[in-house]
Amino acid sequence: MNDFFSERKKRLHDFKVKFLKKSAIKKQTDIPDGLFIKCEECQKPIYEKELETQLHVCPNCGFHFRINAKKRIALLADEGSFNEVNAHLESTNPLQMPFYEAKLESAKKFTNQNDAFVSGSCTIGNHPCFLGVLDSFFMMGSMGSVVGEKVTRLIELAIKEHKPLVIVSASGGARMQEGILSLMQMAKTAGALKKLEQEKILYISVMTYPTTGGVAASFATLGDINIAEKSALIGFAGSRVIKQTIKEELPAHFQSAEFQKEHGLIDLVVERKQLKSQISALLKLHQGGHQS
Amino acid sequence: MSSSWEKVQLARHPKRPTSKTVICHIIDDFIELHGDRSVRDDLSIIGGIGYFEGIPVTVIAQEKGTDTNDKIKRNFGMPHPEGYEKALRLMKQAEKFKRPILVFIDTPGAYPGLEAEMRNQAFKIANNLKEMMCLDTPIIAVVLSEGGSGGALAIGVADQLLMFENSIYSILSPEGFASILYKDSKKANEAAEIMKLSANDLLDLRIIDGIIKEKNGLHEDQTFGFKELRSQLVKRLTIEMKKDAQKRLNDRYQKYRLMGVFSERI
Repeated sequence: MNDFFSERKKRLHDFKVKFLKKSAIKKQTDIPDGLFIKCEECQKPIYEKELETQLHVCPNCGFHFRINAKKRIALLADEGSFNEVNAHLESTNPLQMPFYEAKLESAKKFTNQNDAFVSGSCTIGNHPCFLGVLDSFFMMGSMGSVVGEKVTRLIELAIKEHKPLVIVSASGGARMQEGILSLMQMAKTAGALKKLEQEKILYISVMTYPTTGGVAASFATLGDINIAEKSALIGFAGSRVIKQTIKEELPAHFQSAEFQKEHGLIDLVVERKQLKSQISALLKLHQGGHQS
Repeated sequence: MSSSWEKVQLARHPKRPTSKTVICHIIDDFIELHGDRSVRDDLSIIGGIGYFEGIPVTVIAQEKGTDTNDKIKRNFGMPHPEGYEKALRLMKQAEKFKRPILVFIDTPGAYPGLEAEMRNQAFKIANNLKEMMCLDTPIIAVVLSEGGSGGALAIGVADQLLMFENSIYSILSPEGFASILYKDSKKANEAAEIMKLSANDLLDLRIIDGIIKEKNGLHEDQTFGFKELRSQLVKRLTIEMKKDAQKRLNDRYQKYRLMGVFSERI
């Protein structure tokens, strides 16, 4: 367990180095600011503007970079259709954890959001639905009380208005700073999905890089249709802790989208550029069904 | 009143009884049932049926093991996906035959291993959380010693959740917490004090519904602890069995629905 979290800490650190301190690193390597980014997979430099036009997919190796909630919503929701709900929910510091408030403040500034989950109603390919997106740029997309509450409220809205639900996950897991309260969000969100199932409402879950820990072990893996975006990393425990536990090397592509499809967790592995049309096709197909 | 770190020590005391002993003491005519019908029988979770105070019940319990061989056989109480699947199978069976479910939680966490990942550990945990929320039979869960994160929660969604006085329940171990917060796992004692893992803390946070008293730790006085356990279980079970089924399910859902602390400025 310790290793699991130190692993997550390392991932967070790597993430910060790669993304948050990107400009600082660039200056060190004398590459002009705002022009090139190094692909974390193939290590080749990519022209930043090209990455933007390629939906943040590496033109050399096809690696899918992380994108924030705003870009994800722009990618999926029909233009101008997204109406955000519950944006005003904010994390407090219920367990009085040291450094938590400062972390929240800097994440809020960095993302211009109140927490890691952005949700609302929209249309996707003209099909009305509710869309929720986890933002890995906000404290690694971790789930505390706010994320758990917003996910649950979105599920309840889908039940109330009898519309399909789409959630895109990108998260390291439960938010450590809210301790046991974060853990209970797993039961809360999963339980709400049982209600959604009883109402026979479609839930499409999209797992992206990374979907692990308490988010994978609750609402993210419970879709009627589980989609993995290409380059996704999906799993319960981190690969380093597993390696230490079993003292063996792990297979290539361990916990990749393809690995998880092979082992029965994932229905479809979809490239980012096809994600919207795929979801739209699924929403369309679920409008039918026999009347009885 | 001992410190949280002392409680961690008591919860992990090598002589503290495990679930096997608890079942022996409080369940009559226990019949153990095995297997998930798909992969194998995961011995880190004991499942079975028997009588509690004359009432037929289903028992689900995590078992860490007692001697070295037993501990290895039980995987130190860390379930694989098939353990959670076995638990769910037996819980659905309990629903079918209208038996209340008694759960005993004692695990460092769900097993982090290659095969566990290949057999979808994350999904099995998630699915148990989802199914337990609407299982139409009373569920009373007790944290016996150690409630390790999602691995504990996966059998712990309950109408009434109780903790032994010196048990702990947390999102990660104090060592793990210390290595993140202080960048030093040796400061686990400091971490334990702030991370709210004791029964008293969790009662204050309304995560649990009651505390089962111990006298100097369960390893010192089993008779006292099990007597307290029995009377608490009778009390809680009576409340839940008297409830109308729909009310019980609503109460369970609402209990979890209200968990979480946040601010909402409009």
